[in-house]
Amino acid sequence: MNMSIQEFLQHLANGISLGSLYALIAIGYTMVYGILRLINFAHGDIFMLGTYLTFYGILFTPIPWYIVFILAPALTGLIGLVLEKLAYKPLRESPRITVLISAIGASFLIQNLGILVFGGRPKAFPTPAILERVLKIGGVSVAIVNFVIPVVTVILLIGLNFIIQKTKTGMAMRALSKDYETASLMGININQIISITFFIGSFLAAMGGIMWGVKYPQLMPHMGVLPGLKCFIAAVVGGIGNITGAVLGGFILGLGEIMLIAFLPTLTGYRDAFAFILLIIILLFKPTGLMGEKVTEKV
Amino acid sequence: MRKKSLKDSLWLKVGLLALALVGIVIINLFLDSYKVKVLNLCAIYVILGLSMNLINGFTGLFSLGHAGFMAIGAYTVAILTMPLEAKEMNYYMKPMVPFLLNLNLPFIFALLIGGLLAALFGFLIGAPVLKLTDDYLAIATLGFSEIIRIVFINLQSITNGSLGLKAIPQMTNKFIALPLGLSPKTNLLWAWGMAILTIIFMQLLMKGSYGKAFKAIREDEIAARSMGINLFKHKVMSFTIGSFLAGIGGGLLAVHLGTIDPALFKFALTFNILLIVVLGGMGNIYGTVIAAIVITIAMEALRFLDEPINLGFLTTPALPGLRMVVFSLALMVVVIFKREGFLRESLEKVLEKVRGKYAKNQ
Repeated sequence: MNMSIQEFLQHLANGISLGSLYALIAIGYTMVYGILRLINFAHGDIFMLGTYLTFYGILFTPIPWYIVFILAPALTGLIGLVLEKLAYKPLRESPRITVLISAIGASFLIQNLGILVFGGRPKAFPTPAILERVLKIGGVSVAIVNFVIPVVTVILLIGLNFIIQKTKTGMAMRALSKDYETASLMGININQIISITFFIGSFLAAMGGIMWGVKYPQLMPHMGVLPGLKCFIAAVVGGIGNITGAVLGGFILGLGEIMLIAFLPTLTGYRDAFAFILLIIILLFKPTGLMGEKVTEKV
Repeated sequence: MRKKSLKDSLWLKVGLLALALVGIVIINLFLDSYKVKVLNLCAIYVILGLSMNLINGFTGLFSLGHAGFMAIGAYTVAILTMPLEAKEMNYYMKPMVPFLLNLNLPFIFALLIGGLLAALFGFLIGAPVLKLTDDYLAIATLGFSEIIRIVFINLQSITNGSLGLKAIPQMTNKFIALPLGLSPKTNLLWAWGMAILTIIFMQLLMKGSYGKAFKAIREDEIAARSMGINLFKHKVMSFTIGSFLAGIGGGLLAVHLGTIDPALFKFALTFNILLIVVLGGMGNIYGTVIAAIVITIAMEALRFLDEPINLGFLTTPALPGLRMVVFSLALMVVVIFKREGFLRESLEKVLEKVRGKYAKNQ
């Protein structure tokens, strides 16, 4: 396998930016799972909504794009919050499978509402010109988005870390994911904390969605399905419930996928299978993920 | 006394079955071909619904891998039944493996092999994956079903890749229809015959000790284990049987559609079956049968929702997606408000009433 160092660096930049996107989306899965023990199946579709809202915000409102890039995720966050109230809250005492079915239903509902409202045809994401440039450093030419994406991701992660570690809300979130029963007896407003969790998760997913749109500028109502599944896998690989783990998982998945194509081009067709194979390997050999804690079954 | 009544009811059942089969043949002859197609699809979904209910409803294993097993069944049937010319026509991008090119089997054998291959994969996948529980199992089985699909896209010399397979031979009732001077249509006996066999099989299975073990596992794994039930063996067994039935359903679907491609076997297909299982009631055989028929017919009948509607004074624009919005909403509403499924409660009540009357008359 001979690959020039330039080519390798290009693939690396590409893998890091894809990994950043996976990380942002995976955080939403892991936070929700940490508190509710629920795979938010509709999270990938929330990601799709975030991208579409940005699309409409840029094309159909006079608001400048950099403000839309904040407003659309905030709106998506609210949608995520409402989704929880409608689809998951009534089932909080039900078996986990029942909630999962509701989540699958919600996912299909959002997708098909997407087809209904946005139309089934692919749309082109209106990327601001400043983000379309290509940088040339030495012999390496890298699209500017591949720099912007990791930087934005790091800023968002620092913000998230601040919320989780330094605020009262964050403390309540940590308490709830550690021991739901006990924490709920300690005067924590569970509904409020869960709402905030869904807001943050959906906000980050929409941020990921915007950058996804910049990187792969084609919007479709089904666009969230595959990234959604992959990011859930990223969360599992990192150890579900663990935010650092989700970020790690996202990068492993993103880099792994890009490097697989780069080094073994004959396997390009199997690109999407990589995540699932990784998932099955992890589940069989280390079900708690790389950074997850071991949970023992109680009778 | 008890023995005699059992015998009577057995004859009654055989009689009803014979009547049903004759009824199917007659319906097959006189309904128009579109309605026959819908009825055929109903039977296929009955099989698929029951197979998922065996795994999800009766054994309590939440599997989302049905589409993958169906793909195995569908492709096996298509490849084994297509004549040489059809294969040569399909595989124009990349020639087919010579061994498979000349292989041609009667439909029934192809269908069984499809089911068995699906069962084999179910066994191979199930053995490692079934140690997982709940949502992990769901996502792992979903992952396997996607892997099967992706492999099928890439194995071009066997599956023809994303181009799919066209002109899969149809099973028609020409042997009966032509002598009567009627036009041949899809032969309902295949799908409905299989569906009836599946219903009978499921009833016998659930009455027997295996079925009881499955239900015990669903109710409480730890209690079941302490009663001496081999969890792993029973889980793998339920999963393998379910995969077999999914493969049969997939094979029938391939013949029903006449055209298959890997995109057909996406998660959306599993979603349809899940909808049937949830609406029919988890762990409810007759509920599943009724839900399969009702939902299949409703899916067809509500196709108008996706198309422009002419209200006389104005025509609404085409609204693609509205139909599935209705069905996903139905799933959520049922799950949130009636957790046992629509049919479980009401049907059990009706059955109890009937039984009560019967007992009084004796």
